[in-house]
Amino acid sequence: MPPSKPRVALFVTCLVDLFRPSVGFAAVKLLEEAGCTVEVPRAQSCCGQPAYNSGDRRDAQAIARTVIAAFAGFDYVVAPSGSCAGMLKVHYPALFADDPATAAQARALAERSHELISFLVDVMKVERVGARYDGVATYHDSCSGLRELGVKTQPRKLLASVAGLTLKELRDCEVCCGFGGTFAVKYGDISDKIVAEKAEAIRESGADTLLAGDMGCLLNMAGKLERAGDRTKVRHVAEVLAGIAGPAIGEPGGDA
Amino acid sequence: MKATSRAFKSNARRALGDPQLQRAMTNLRSGFAARRAVAVSQLPEWEALREAAVAIKRHTLAHLDFYLEAFERRVVERGGAVHWCRDAAEANATVLAICRRLGARTVTKGKSMIGEEMGLNDYLEANGVAPVETDLGEYIIQIRHEPPSHIIAPAVHLVKEQIAQSFRETHRDLDPARQLKDARQMCDEARAVLRPRFLAADVGITGANFLVAETGSSIIVTNEGNGDLTQTLPKAHVVLASLEKVVPTLEDATTILRLLARSATGQEFSTYTTVSTGPRRPDDADGPGEYHVVLLDNGRSALLGGEFEDMLRCIRCAACLNHCPVYQAIGGQSYGWVYPGPMGAVLTPSLIGIEEAGHLPNASTFCGRCEEVCPMKIPLPKMMRHWREREFQRHLPPRPYRLGLAVWAFFARRPALYRPAADLAARLLGALGRARGRFRALPLAAGWTRTRDLPAPEGRSFMSLWAARRAARPAP
Repeated sequence: MPPSKPRVALFVTCLVDLFRPSVGFAAVKLLEEAGCTVEVPRAQSCCGQPAYNSGDRRDAQAIARTVIAAFAGFDYVVAPSGSCAGMLKVHYPALFADDPATAAQARALAERSHELISFLVDVMKVERVGARYDGVATYHDSCSGLRELGVKTQPRKLLASVAGLTLKELRDCEVCCGFGGTFAVKYGDISDKIVAEKAEAIRESGADTLLAGDMGCLLNMAGKLERAGDRTKVRHVAEVLAGIAGPAIGEPGGDA
Repeated sequence: MKATSRAFKSNARRALGDPQLQRAMTNLRSGFAARRAVAVSQLPEWEALREAAVAIKRHTLAHLDFYLEAFERRVVERGGAVHWCRDAAEANATVLAICRRLGARTVTKGKSMIGEEMGLNDYLEANGVAPVETDLGEYIIQIRHEPPSHIIAPAVHLVKEQIAQSFRETHRDLDPARQLKDARQMCDEARAVLRPRFLAADVGITGANFLVAETGSSIIVTNEGNGDLTQTLPKAHVVLASLEKVVPTLEDATTILRLLARSATGQEFSTYTTVSTGPRRPDDADGPGEYHVVLLDNGRSALLGGEFEDMLRCIRCAACLNHCPVYQAIGGQSYGWVYPGPMGAVLTPSLIGIEEAGHLPNASTFCGRCEEVCPMKIPLPKMMRHWREREFQRHLPPRPYRLGLAVWAFFARRPALYRPAADLAARLLGALGRARGRFRALPLAAGWTRTRDLPAPEGRSFMSLWAARRAARPAP
């Protein structure tokens, strides 16, 4: 059982920080509505995946150490991303396999770390949200959230409670969108082919809005749809659940 | 086989622009993966079976010397021979020596990835022995002079029209006006062409899905029955197997067999599962006069006890290929050597070196689907990351990439510097991109923006907005 008013540290994630602060504010709103006290530790940048997945273990460890220190002492650590939460929860302990003292701290962090939507449903037992969104949405299951953390039913459960929203399932919703971090740039041609398939499935769904829980995937899919002249609105699922719906990802006129 | 893995990027670009290959890959997507899902869903004990199979392989690998020697003793007891070969050159020489001793002019071959790894066909041809592939897919790529594109369906990158064309060019003695429209007609033609070859062959070469220590048997699974004809009719049956194929008992082999076909093609069992034990005995109706096992190491024993040991559990089902978004996009030949897809991305650098195969473990989105479907629970993404770590330690990634990463990491390690830098970037990119909402081109991001827009940031970093909000409205 969670404490009555748990202290939650928000791990903003570097892509939300840089590209879409709205998602961070949506996360804060959802967490506060669920009864959490939210704090945002200042000593955060990124979870370190770009280094970790490039084979740069030393920098990945250094970044992980700052995260472990900055996020100690909270009841929970929550990130609006399955990929970054998976890094904290699954990969940090593995990263310090040869350093038992830090590994213990990493495991302690891992135990308290969660992806936002699954945290709301599985830990805070949120059954519904009060938001409204008029549209037909489809949902892409981002790989790390799905396969490392088991994020699958939780977003669908909360989306079902959004007034005005119809959810249409996406064909091959569990197939990667082709983002893969630096892969999208290093192997741009291949990444593009994979996201082109995804864009085709999105069009087939007939939805006017595409939702997912990870900024990387969202930027990739939005970028592909926009290049193709497709008008599908692309949003982080937290924005819709929190009822924060400014311009969609890649739409003009975002006022910060 | 000559590796072209260094040219992975240009191989992939060519594959992406090949409409026939892309059509073939679409068929693959809707075929194997869908059938596997059905087969697995019908087996409630699937997870328990996976655990059991992993335990069998772990145990065997921990006692590999013991089981290989036990296997050899049994083979010899049954009148066969085991040839221990350190590398492809030794294995090729061993096969050729057997062929020469028997005066062999043609050999038939069942499908064998070890044969591909050895480059056996080219070697035999260069030494005056004609190899004939008898697996339909292998036969097709042999007459097209192509390497395989898939470990169980070597011609999966081709469409029917290409195969019909190759048949017409190769089978010149057949009626040019004949129909070659559907798969049935092409199978019948291949069967008619191959039948006399089976009868004429002096030596039959197959691979092995399992070597069984308890009985000294080799086991192959096929769907065409070509393996049986290959190994029973000639004077000698030569089995090509890498050393991790050994399992302790027949019972162990059958446990893993329950996973194999389901993972591979979605069949409950392959059409033929053939157990071969030694040469023909005096009262046997048929069978080869000699039975040889060419046991290839080729770098595998060096993986024991290291971070790539788990790879030796692989049973070559190809589920990881069939479910890989990268493999589906570019096909198997792009990988440039024998083993494509996720299993190839881990195994190929172990066998031909990371300098040669450096792209392979990098060309993955780490989506994790390969590990999810792997019947042997091999942590493929984790091992690809291990390869990336070795490459990074040796400064193999391109210099601009390493430099970019170092600059980024310098800031990411120092949140106090990172915060203002991120806000500056958000302001700058936000101001530039706000009007359109996205970038059609951006310096240093050409890999992205050549084919996709890059959505513009909202204009401030979250951390700066949060700090401003806190300052204006102090926390209660």
